Amino acid sequence: MTRTSSAATPDLFAGPGAPGSSGSRGAGPLLSVQDLHVQFRRRGVEPFDAVDGVSFDVAPGQTVGLVGESGCGKSVTSLAIMRLLAGRTTRVTGRVDFEGTDLLSLSRGEMRDRRGRDLAMIFQDPLSSLNPVVPLGVQVGEVLQRHRGMRRSAALREAADLLDQVGIPDPGRRIKEYAHQLSGGMRQRALIAMALACRPRLLIADEPTTALDVTIQAQILSLLRSLVSDHGTALIMITHDLGVVAGLCDEVNVLYAGRVVERAERHELFERPAHPYTHGLLASIPRLDAAAGERLTPIRGSVSDNIPWTHGCAFAPRCEREIDTCRQRTPELVPHDERRGDHLLRCHNSVPLDQVVAEGLAGPGHVARAGHEAAVLDRAATGPADTAGGTR
Amino acid sequence: MSQAGGLDPLQAAGVHQPERVFSGSVDGGVLHQAEEHGAQEAVPAGPARELSAATADADVLLEVDDLKVHFPIRRGVLVDRTVGYVYAVDGVSLAVKRGETYGLVGESGCGKSTLGRGILRLVEPTSGSVRFDGQDIAPLQGEELRRSRRRMQMVFQDPLSSLDPRQSVQSILVEGMRAHGLADSTTAVAARLRELLDAVGLPASSLRKFPHEFSGGQRQRIGIARALTVDPELIVADEPVSALDVSVQAQVVNLLEDLQARLGLTYIVIAHDLAVVRHISDRVGVMYLGSLVEEAPSEQLYADPLHPYSRALLSAVPVPDPAVEDRRERILLTGDLPSPANPPAGCRFHTRCPWRQPTRCDTERPVLLETRPGHRVACHWADEIASGALQPRAESVDVL
Repeated sequence: MTRTSSAATPDLFAGPGAPGSSGSRGAGPLLSVQDLHVQFRRRGVEPFDAVDGVSFDVAPGQTVGLVGESGCGKSVTSLAIMRLLAGRTTRVTGRVDFEGTDLLSLSRGEMRDRRGRDLAMIFQDPLSSLNPVVPLGVQVGEVLQRHRGMRRSAALREAADLLDQVGIPDPGRRIKEYAHQLSGGMRQRALIAMALACRPRLLIADEPTTALDVTIQAQILSLLRSLVSDHGTALIMITHDLGVVAGLCDEVNVLYAGRVVERAERHELFERPAHPYTHGLLASIPRLDAAAGERLTPIRGSVSDNIPWTHGCAFAPRCEREIDTCRQRTPELVPHDERRGDHLLRCHNSVPLDQVVAEGLAGPGHVARAGHEAAVLDRAATGPADTAGGTR
Repeated sequence: MSQAGGLDPLQAAGVHQPERVFSGSVDGGVLHQAEEHGAQEAVPAGPARELSAATADADVLLEVDDLKVHFPIRRGVLVDRTVGYVYAVDGVSLAVKRGETYGLVGESGCGKSTLGRGILRLVEPTSGSVRFDGQDIAPLQGEELRRSRRRMQMVFQDPLSSLDPRQSVQSILVEGMRAHGLADSTTAVAARLRELLDAVGLPASSLRKFPHEFSGGQRQRIGIARALTVDPELIVADEPVSALDVSVQAQVVNLLEDLQARLGLTYIVIAHDLAVVRHISDRVGVMYLGSLVEEAPSEQLYADPLHPYSRALLSAVPVPDPAVEDRRERILLTGDLPSPANPPAGCRFHTRCPWRQPTRCDTERPVLLETRPGHRVACHWADEIASGALQPRAESVDVL
């Protein structure tokens, strides 16, 4: 499918009003989120900060990942950027600069003009994001009628084109069908087609493959990858799957309890995970490329054990490396290491590299590059003994 | 119903007699005798049919033979006419050793959950037999069937919807014990409950609480404790960790492994996450559209997959390591799973197979044959593909 889609996708951006109008490329970030706070308020309940001061930039052609477990604020961040949160019960503060315009200061009408045209979003569950009683073609065409002033018939023809470009076979028939008649992968493609209809410069994908099977996930990721590399679309990828992040994102933000706890370029992050949470996530997932029978190291407790950031580090109650400072002083997001200025970390007692290597979390390629061959040999020697001590 | 072009997996499994070169021991540490369940009688000799050399000499707890579960598609206003069948499970034969973990993987809609439920008779199989500890459970009815359930339990995917919201944990746990006459004295029950909660890592104060008061991981622990109350030998776990956060997943996976080591449990773990299945299983069966396409010891399957579908599945799993991701070759399958109501003729995978050959694939349904000791595969061209004589079509290989 990839071949067909990547061969076909160039058309997607070739039309009039194509983005990436060379001026915007490479010249600073396309989107800059600064100190974003989202507070949920309900009568009789203590206000809750779902997003607690998140900042990051996205450049054209760049893929930025937001990673974390459920409840860490990753989806709320994206909804806040799109201004899709209900105004009555949430308070959003901070700045979301899209090419110099603060999206948060726009009127609702102005925002509606931008949504779907300049920035678009793909949601996790394609079935509940599609209208069940409207044919697909009309739903995809709606965006074109709204933003590009196309007539209904022209929009339908263009919709069929778009479905073709995201790899839906027989689009002429599909535009007349309804969401329930499509498989999960097809629905997600239809949603992507809809999001791409007006060739947005920023695409936010919120867990776009979580509901899909691995083979379909590979197709969708491959489609997203070609979008970014061929057309310079900026992509914000929200996921809990570190495997997806490793293959797709340029820069990764690890979120915990509404704050970024670690940020780094992807190779750097997977080679030297310095935050105990990132490290714990990597240690707790079984990997296809690891030796079999190794016992998983879970993170103890669950998200409900957090303490507020104002009192210290929210992760402290679950942290293996907790020290006294962790519950007294709130850690700041600062460069982890002067030599690598873009690796940011929010931790008082980070995981030393030696431990990462010793636990074999970094792949063989990494270790060789980091010059820790001795550690590998060491690990190979102790490995079988560890395994024998496990349950199997 | 034999859509398979006359080739029945039953015959295949029965006719094919593997040479007994392979001793049948996969891993010395895997087989635990179930001390707590009392001395088990030696398994009565079943039919002289060997499924795989891996289980040839071993103590087989569960033997599934040509199991079929077909759901009728009904239409009509006044009279229900059956207009066709969904071939959810269409001829699966497998054997699970005592103390072993058998993993079932496949895409959604491949019939893996239905197979698990068919084994426990939570759905009625259309045909085929399931022998549990030497006893055929297919003809059991009523009270006999109910009593046999004590030894086979299930852990469900979504812990919240599989626990009654209005029952306290204590009530949930005692219900099964009472149903099977295991709750005689109050003091014994109380001791047993404490022991169970301790085993699954929940505080004793949990007994008075209700399911909504727990986190997802804790709820799954309750689901596991519930399955354990009646002292089962076999647990079918249908996607036990897929609804959980990654950090909590590991807790539950470790718990399942610990319990197996302590209680000598036998597991069938159904999951779509191949990394989890590899981690937890001793042997793995890969399902596609209602039948097994490959079965092998876990390590062998992941190191050396023989079926094109297994290869594609494994190549599609994202690995959390950019260095690996960057140089990986992915085999991308085109299209979606065909409808199990109208499966393709010949090899069911041929419509999406990157190695499809002009002959045999679309006319003749391949049978599950043991090509290597303990490694069964259903592909006409498995040997040629393994040796590299056949290459996948170039357009389906995606190199970054």
